[in-house]
Amino acid sequence: MVIVVLNMTSRALSQGVHLTALHTEKFKSSFLSIQLLAPLSANTASRYALLPPVLRRGTARYPDMQSLSAALDALYGGSIDPFVRKQGGTQLLSLVGTFLDDAYTGGERLLEPFAALMGDMLLHPVLEKRCFRPDYFESEKRNLINEIKGQVNEKRRYAKNRVIEEMCAGEPFGVHELGTAEAAGAVSLEGLCSAYRELLETAGVELFYCGSAEPARVEEALRTALQDLPEGKVRYVPASPQQAGPPQAPRFVEEKLDVTQGKLTMGFRTGVTMADAQYPALVLLNAVYGGTATSKLFMHVREELSLCYYASSSILGTTGLMLVNSGIEFAQFERAKEEILRQLQACRDGDFDADELEGARRAAVSACRSLTDSLHQLEDYWLKQVVAGGEEPPEAFIARLEAVTRDEVIACARNIQLDTVYFLNGKEA
Amino acid sequence: MEQRDYTRLGETVFHTVLSNGLNIYVDRKKDYQKSFAFFATRYGGMDMKFQLDGKWQDTPAGVAHFLEHKMFDTEDGNALQALALNGAQPNAFTSNAITGYFFESTEQFEENLKILLSFVSVPWFTQESVDKEQGIIGQEIRMIEDNPEWQVYMQMLSALYQSHPITVPIAGSEASISRITADTLYHCHRAFYRPGNMVLCVAGDVDPARIAALAAEILPQEAGEQALRDYGAQEPEGAVKALVTMEMEVAAPLFQIGFKADAPVKGEGALRQQLVCSLACDALAGTSSPLYARMYEEGIINATFGYDYEEEPGCAFFVFGGESDAPERVREAVLAEAERIAREGIDDALWGRLKKAAYGQQVRRLNSFESICVQMAQAHFDGYDYLRFPQVFDTIGKSDAEQVITRIITRARAGMAVILPKEGADGCM
Repeated sequence: MVIVVLNMTSRALSQGVHLTALHTEKFKSSFLSIQLLAPLSANTASRYALLPPVLRRGTARYPDMQSLSAALDALYGGSIDPFVRKQGGTQLLSLVGTFLDDAYTGGERLLEPFAALMGDMLLHPVLEKRCFRPDYFESEKRNLINEIKGQVNEKRRYAKNRVIEEMCAGEPFGVHELGTAEAAGAVSLEGLCSAYRELLETAGVELFYCGSAEPARVEEALRTALQDLPEGKVRYVPASPQQAGPPQAPRFVEEKLDVTQGKLTMGFRTGVTMADAQYPALVLLNAVYGGTATSKLFMHVREELSLCYYASSSILGTTGLMLVNSGIEFAQFERAKEEILRQLQACRDGDFDADELEGARRAAVSACRSLTDSLHQLEDYWLKQVVAGGEEPPEAFIARLEAVTRDEVIACARNIQLDTVYFLNGKEA
Repeated sequence: MEQRDYTRLGETVFHTVLSNGLNIYVDRKKDYQKSFAFFATRYGGMDMKFQLDGKWQDTPAGVAHFLEHKMFDTEDGNALQALALNGAQPNAFTSNAITGYFFESTEQFEENLKILLSFVSVPWFTQESVDKEQGIIGQEIRMIEDNPEWQVYMQMLSALYQSHPITVPIAGSEASISRITADTLYHCHRAFYRPGNMVLCVAGDVDPARIAALAAEILPQEAGEQALRDYGAQEPEGAVKALVTMEMEVAAPLFQIGFKADAPVKGEGALRQQLVCSLACDALAGTSSPLYARMYEEGIINATFGYDYEEEPGCAFFVFGGESDAPERVREAVLAEAERIAREGIDDALWGRLKKAAYGQQVRRLNSFESICVQMAQAHFDGYDYLRFPQVFDTIGKSDAEQVITRIITRARAGMAVILPKEGADGCM
């Protein structure tokens, strides 16, 4: 099957302001996102995380929900959503817009007015006494605190976040992208305003577009939309964070909550990030080990031994971490942990056959190919590239996946070291 | 195969009817890596009473959903696993009127399609596996009965309808499914899983002629007779009850207000009716409407507020709902706004924006292969061509929406359900 090469343009609009534009006519929507990039830090994470939702509340021109909804309706029902994400040691504060592609409006151009509306949201929010509206600030602050507190309700994700927090304590990546409920509660209106003004001058600005408009037109629309962006002194550029080594002996953290199913999450250090030549081998190792429904964790630990309700592994490409997530009966903790480690040892020993490796390769290639069918996945892919300092298109990465040898996968497995075991246990009845 | 070009949408669909009566629609999507196949029968939770071989039959509630679970069993094992091993992502759902089976894959599409066509058309049940499934579905039923969102919806339907089967849960009850045997399943499969009662919809960069050839090769040669269905006695025009309440473990009261609409028509009129009614909802209570802003400001609705127009064979209704401490005030506000619109009409500027927004959102839904295939199947069963919506949009005027609001959004047609927090619960449990 033909691999579709998307026409990608990457360029700096000014110092620290960077645009990635993909030209394609296959989608009905265009996609435009604007993000501020800042170093991820416990001191600022919550304050920064409040910005996207507060900015989304209204602009000087459209100061409330009704007028803003009307403006979006007039642009064929486009949507703009606030997002806070992290990659490596970087916090991404985003406004993500999707709108009808110009090819389907019967001649009306939507890119320019949509970019202008998003630019206004970032640069000309509705203000009161030169600061954000106190009612918007308060309600978004409440939402943020509730969201952080509510994370414990989603046990699977909670366990994943907890193991990252424990194993990366002291590293930037150990900080949650929303910060903590305490830190969020301590943010003041004035604090948010000064953080906002500072970020406009110091944050890296990453722009992503995908749609049918030619790159030159996209560039022009964004230059105009962002013409009031303050001249940055020195803007933040993501750097790959120092990789901490694993501890002498693996850490063990146990937490007890009122749950009926236990969660066993294990954090490993692989020593390999997206920027490394061995990264494709790590992707295949992960697929052989626990990344697919035919992997060792799935076939042995879940299906054959029934030790887990689910068990899978995943890798975080910008940080070099590998996580194993599983749901278990409390009493099975030791056995499940041993078996999960035994399967990793099997990978190190080269105990996987050609079918397993090729199955893993097909799954990895297929995942990489299908990401080109989704606007959101394309954006995610390119933002990771930017943070990792690369510009490798999916088709080039696929070529590298196809070339990985069995020995490279084994070598990769041998470098993986267990760092932290996290166990979410039940409270005794 | 007949080729239909929809130039305003940039879509091309191939259609054919096999000699066994199966309709096949293939939306050819160039440049996509993934393909999606949806195989559906016009048989859902509502089809409990029907005529087969000249005799009327009564079957227990929940058979369609039960069948959906058991269809994946094959003489050789399980079709879900067979598809997963090929890298496909399979799934299925049962609605009131349809049961659909589908998968998405980037590789081995034809192989996966063969598996899909085969497991859906060849039943394989044993009494032992049926007994086991009763436990699994019984648990699913208990779980859903604990869900307040589901309860408020079912209660709202019971306020609107006297005897229409839409008031019966799709999955049935623990009591009703205990009466299901392997024979019941074979019997209902024979009645409804006939090519003439089914449709196959595919989206992707695929060869339509190959798909038709595969279907002709794998599926039964006979069309089979169409089973007649009975949806109960003629419903009165108005709601049966004005208010139904129930207590559950919820933090804030949940409400849904239903408005009983006229039973839907067949053919392109059905598509037009859906578009008109959906626009009428937007004009009445959308985020850019005056009513929404007023209710939000008064604090009687919050961000959970939403609305919809729904249609099933023999019934249709509007529903408005969310969390509120004052559901009666919401109902009165909606009724008062409908009266105002009946007197003064919908604001011209608002109408123009809403129509643009609705059109843009309809087109953007075509990014989703699942949405396209499910909509094409639905349209086939209801006798219209889904992708003609731009032409139908052109014929819709403001007065269409005004007439619907004036006629349907009235006190006599309104039935409200409220889920109240349990007495004594203080929310800190």
